Amino acid sequence: MTRTGFVLANLTRRKTRTALTLLSILTAFLLFGLLQAVNVLFSAGADFVGATRLVTQARVSFTQSLPMRLLPQIESVPGVEDVMWQQWFGAVWQENTQLIFLAVDPVRLRAVYPEYVMPDAQWKAFAETRTSMIVGRNLADQYGWKTGEKVPISSNIFPQKDGSKNWIFDLVGIYDGKDAQWQRNTNVGWINYDYFDEANLFGRGAAGTYTIRLANPDQARQVAETIDAMFENSPDETKTQTEKDFNIGFFKQIGDIGLIVRWILFAVFFTLLLVVGNTIAQSVRERIPEFAILKTLGFSDASVLGFVLAEAAALCVIGGLLGLGLATPLGIAIADATGGNLPIAVDHRVWLMGLAAIVLLSLAVGLLPALRAGRLTIVDALAGR
Amino acid sequence: MLKQTLLITLLGLRSIPERLGPSFVIIVGLAGVVAVFTALLAMAAGFQSTLKATGRADVALVLRGGSQAELNSGLSREQAAIIKEAPGVRGGGDGRPLASAEMVVIAELIKTGEKSGSNITVRGIEPTAFAIRPQLQVVEGRQFQPGLRELIVGRGVAQQFDGVRIGETLRMRGSDWTVVGVFESGDANESELWADVEVAQSTFNRQGFSAVRLQLDDPTALPALKDHLVADPRVNVDVESEEQYYSGQTEQFRKTIGALAGVVTAIMALGAMFAALNTMYAAVGTRAREIATLRAIGFGGGPVVVSVMIESLLLSIAGGLVGALLAYLLFNNMAVSTLGANFTQVVFRFAVTPELVRNGLVIAVAIGMVGGFLPALRAARQPVTTALRAA
Repeated sequence: MTRTGFVLANLTRRKTRTALTLLSILTAFLLFGLLQAVNVLFSAGADFVGATRLVTQARVSFTQSLPMRLLPQIESVPGVEDVMWQQWFGAVWQENTQLIFLAVDPVRLRAVYPEYVMPDAQWKAFAETRTSMIVGRNLADQYGWKTGEKVPISSNIFPQKDGSKNWIFDLVGIYDGKDAQWQRNTNVGWINYDYFDEANLFGRGAAGTYTIRLANPDQARQVAETIDAMFENSPDETKTQTEKDFNIGFFKQIGDIGLIVRWILFAVFFTLLLVVGNTIAQSVRERIPEFAILKTLGFSDASVLGFVLAEAAALCVIGGLLGLGLATPLGIAIADATGGNLPIAVDHRVWLMGLAAIVLLSLAVGLLPALRAGRLTIVDALAGR
Repeated sequence: MLKQTLLITLLGLRSIPERLGPSFVIIVGLAGVVAVFTALLAMAAGFQSTLKATGRADVALVLRGGSQAELNSGLSREQAAIIKEAPGVRGGGDGRPLASAEMVVIAELIKTGEKSGSNITVRGIEPTAFAIRPQLQVVEGRQFQPGLRELIVGRGVAQQFDGVRIGETLRMRGSDWTVVGVFESGDANESELWADVEVAQSTFNRQGFSAVRLQLDDPTALPALKDHLVADPRVNVDVESEEQYYSGQTEQFRKTIGALAGVVTAIMALGAMFAALNTMYAAVGTRAREIATLRAIGFGGGPVVVSVMIESLLLSIAGGLVGALLAYLLFNNMAVSTLGANFTQVVFRFAVTPELVRNGLVIAVAIGMVGGFLPALRAARQPVTTALRAA
């Protein structure tokens, strides 16, 4: 029997205990992977690298609408390819289901988001029908909406001129994403801005936020700074950031809860470590006479120490890799399910931390029992002292 | 029987120092479970009690119909004036109704130690707003002067966010606002910035208000007030008590935290139970000979089972107490903030309540019972002769 085989054979001797220990480690590392991904996200600062779109909001708060008159100035900034604006509609479906609906210019939407695909005829209908709206594939599937229907949507912000908050739109198209990632990200409804602007009680000219498609990602920072400088000291000061940072900003608003959840989940991780450490220590205690026999047969102190350490390491490595391996697709699933608001990724940074944690854990839980097994004297061990 | 149980239990407990390491695992494992459980739910409890303290049953909140939150709502000056004249509203000292029209907008502040902005409520108020909220006191600096760009900040905001100390200026829509005072109220109002409504309206280019608060003669006046305003064709509004408005806001948060606490506690409890089982099996194993001897000289199986269970329970309860104490020391009264219904931050404090500690201990006892039972059975069932011969 090889040494590796010997270690593995020892692990399979008490199957229930090994399985439970592996499960504990797996759970701990699953949590570790997801947590560390959230950590990376929370600690990341403004990042303009590779950004193809920018969002310009009112500096005081994105809930404050920017006026339409900023449009020509933003369009004139070098490096800006296309500009759209979007007004939050405060959509409510039936009694109390809040949906994400934005009022936009159809032609500009298509130019800024080429990732969204829809037949040309439907794009045309969206642009030419006054009371038109389009919705994403996911949204349409969820509520069973079909092209050609009239859909009643109320707004918790905007009444129509007659004071009624119940709007009715013609569903003229259902858009989809160009690839799997964008297809999952189709939970938004878009309504025709011209009609919205004309029919709402509060008057015209409120653009909301602007979204800008860049000619060249390398210019992101420069374009953002130019735009913000242009409106400095006006009543409509702006804050321009990448689309990604804008989206993460929503998530970061949950504030300290994120921080506290991180602390608590780390407590979970360390409690589970303790459990694992104890299990390994115990299995060594039970086998002290066996180690004595190994030594009697001529195995050195170092080999016996190695056996125990290898056993601990095997448990940690198998459980840890499985846990991190599970965390990776789960992270993608979470990022997709939250529609880009929580873009966590169990990426190489997380894996490196995870691998370091596995090494650390192996030593932490394996070293003391291993030293004990390595140091024991044959006579005492066999006598049960 | 009772005497036997007592004797065996004491015998077992006295030998704990010899098995300190494994026994310690039960305590630490349970402490972890209870600490996490208590801390998570203390967060929900704190959030709830803060919002509950904010909402009064004898204050009516009037919003535009269907707006759901103050931020979405809008009422014109004329509508606000009509609402203020509704029946059942207490008169103020000056003979005018005790009613306050308020405007809510949002400003972004940077949380201390963070990089991205958080939404903070800026509330433009009339002087009556203070009369309707008698709990609110300016405790540092002074009140803002009507007509000037001056702000008073809630204690919670002052503690958690940068740039709002007395004397500092806050830039909003191209103009500078000076912070002149800090107020305390012991509720969610402390998460806001307050300013003169007229000045705020001109800065934010708004004509009307977001909401009107009406001080009722007493809570029973609400239904009549509601009927009156709903029947008035000049306004289209939703009327509810402040109490209803704020308690509705805690529902979602409580559900989310409750689910998180459930999942995390369950995972940890499994781990702790596994540790307890392991430890107690080992304890019974090392004492096999001793227990067999006791059985041989006439002690019954029942007392053996009970004594093992008691040992496991005592260790678990000790762990639970340590955990609750940890949660209390680390988290109780700690101020944190999260997103509230207006899409703005609500500052609140953790509240470790006796009820939460009790529930935590119940979990500890349950885990201790399970962790002790199977090993206890094994101890009582092992054949005396085998046990005596072994080892």
